[in-house]
Amino acid sequence: MNEKVISVHNLVKKFGNFIANDHLSFEVYQGEIFGFLGANGAGKTTAIRILSGLSRPTSGKVMVAGFDALKQPEQIKKNIGYMCQRFSLYEDLTVKENIMLYGGIYGMKKQLIRERTKSLLVRLRFEEFGDRLIASLPLGLKQKLAFSVAVLHEPKIVFLDEPTGGVDPITRRQFWEMIYETAARGITVFVTTHYMDEAEYCDRVSIMDEGKIEALDTPAELKKKYQAGSIEEVFIRIARHGKK
Amino acid sequence: MTASNIVTVDHLTKSFGKVKALQDISFATTKGEIFGFIGPDGSGKTTLFRIITTLLLPDQGQVTVLGLDCVKGFRELRRHIGYMPGRFSLYMDLTVEENLNFYATVFGTTINDNYELIADIYSHIEPFKNRPAGKLSGGMKQKLALSCALIHKPELLVLDEPTTGVDAVSRAEFWEMLKKLRKYNITILVSTPYMDEAMQCDKVALIQEGKLLSVDQPEKITDGFSRKLFSIKASEKYHLIMALREFPLINTAYPFGDSVHVTFRDDRYDDSLLTFLQTKGITGVTIDQTRAGIEDRFLELMTP
Repeated sequence: MNEKVISVHNLVKKFGNFIANDHLSFEVYQGEIFGFLGANGAGKTTAIRILSGLSRPTSGKVMVAGFDALKQPEQIKKNIGYMCQRFSLYEDLTVKENIMLYGGIYGMKKQLIRERTKSLLVRLRFEEFGDRLIASLPLGLKQKLAFSVAVLHEPKIVFLDEPTGGVDPITRRQFWEMIYETAARGITVFVTTHYMDEAEYCDRVSIMDEGKIEALDTPAELKKKYQAGSIEEVFIRIARHGKK
Repeated sequence: MTASNIVTVDHLTKSFGKVKALQDISFATTKGEIFGFIGPDGSGKTTLFRIITTLLLPDQGQVTVLGLDCVKGFRELRRHIGYMPGRFSLYMDLTVEENLNFYATVFGTTINDNYELIADIYSHIEPFKNRPAGKLSGGMKQKLALSCALIHKPELLVLDEPTTGVDAVSRAEFWEMLKKLRKYNITILVSTPYMDEAMQCDKVALIQEGKLLSVDQPEKITDGFSRKLFSIKASEKYHLIMALREFPLINTAYPFGDSVHVTFRDDRYDDSLLTFLQTKGITGVTIDQTRAGIEDRFLELMTP
């Protein structure tokens, strides 16, 4: 379990004079659930775009799934999964068509896509929904399906950008159980959330403020260090301090 | 209705085609209350708010706001309601000050007339008053939208998910601002998908699939939790949950932060639980009785 799947060393990203990421250094391991927290505008999205091969670092060394974010972003894209709250699946395609499409994009063989589709639908107890349009499904089912599709090609890492926004508490928990199960299979889960209680579901958590990582540890250690009862308290202390 | 009720909703129903957005909703709010609607996306919060703000017509039922029927009295009512929709709906190409001025003018007032009311909130963004609204950060947009909703000194303020997608610090600040409005005796209806914000309200309605599951003071809602609740921790969370679900005496087991919240069929457990977990290879187990929160109660109400 000690293989590094993400290794970031002195990552800097500038937009003109604005420093969005200011010398970030951290590592994420195989099978880990890593919570990436920060206030709005702290630089999380910029960092995630670099880690997922969508943007290049200004300086520093970023390795993701064994590939260099500066020189091999296309290789990174093939070895990760990505899901965000706003865009997940094509509403006017059916469940099966969406799975086909994503499998195809990831270059999977048709036979393999068919096998995975079948097992995925069984696992989600989704068999009777295969031919339904995404638009007709409730939000909770869509989110669970979107997550399953994001790991269809068994990537080394899956990035989840606020995956549980707006879903009911039962669905939210089912979603986290899917995350646990995925991590137990050895896939690293890199997740952002505004639900501070969800931060406590993570193995380790980093908290960004004004482009820097101000804290990184297990939730238990962070609470101990900041003498706080919850990660929310830790977060507010760090982010408020930065505002002054 | 009693004289002090600001909003009275009586057996309200609203459908869109086959979708029953609101089913037989009834509640009342009194003056000066912060009344929170807590529920997931699609539960009917926005539809309810649109009916109360006279932007949608009810199918059935009676909605009375500030003593006026929300269908017949809509013209008069609109002058006394401040509404902040879920989607940012100010003019992106107008400056901060122009937006505020525009809203003041539409309601026949001026910024100066009611400055006192918004001073606490607006002072944060006043240094940027010449900046187009589209160029503000999320937190600043939220403050401007709230200022615009307040500028005509409404008696009722309706806020549709003002804190969604906003970080924990800005959310805490936003609630502080709402609480400061108490001294002006403005009644506030606010919706949120964040369960933890329920405790900030005077009264809370839990809403799911167009139905109200519970309406009460937040402490009373949590007191309504009908079972003994236990918080169980172990080093391997995922395996702990899976194992607990196999334990014969278990009623429910839900992950909650760094622990698992558990209820037992007979509200108690014995040594067989620890032995059982041991045989499943789970170590470092601690079990404590704990107080139910809003989310525990919501889960209980969702699964009768």
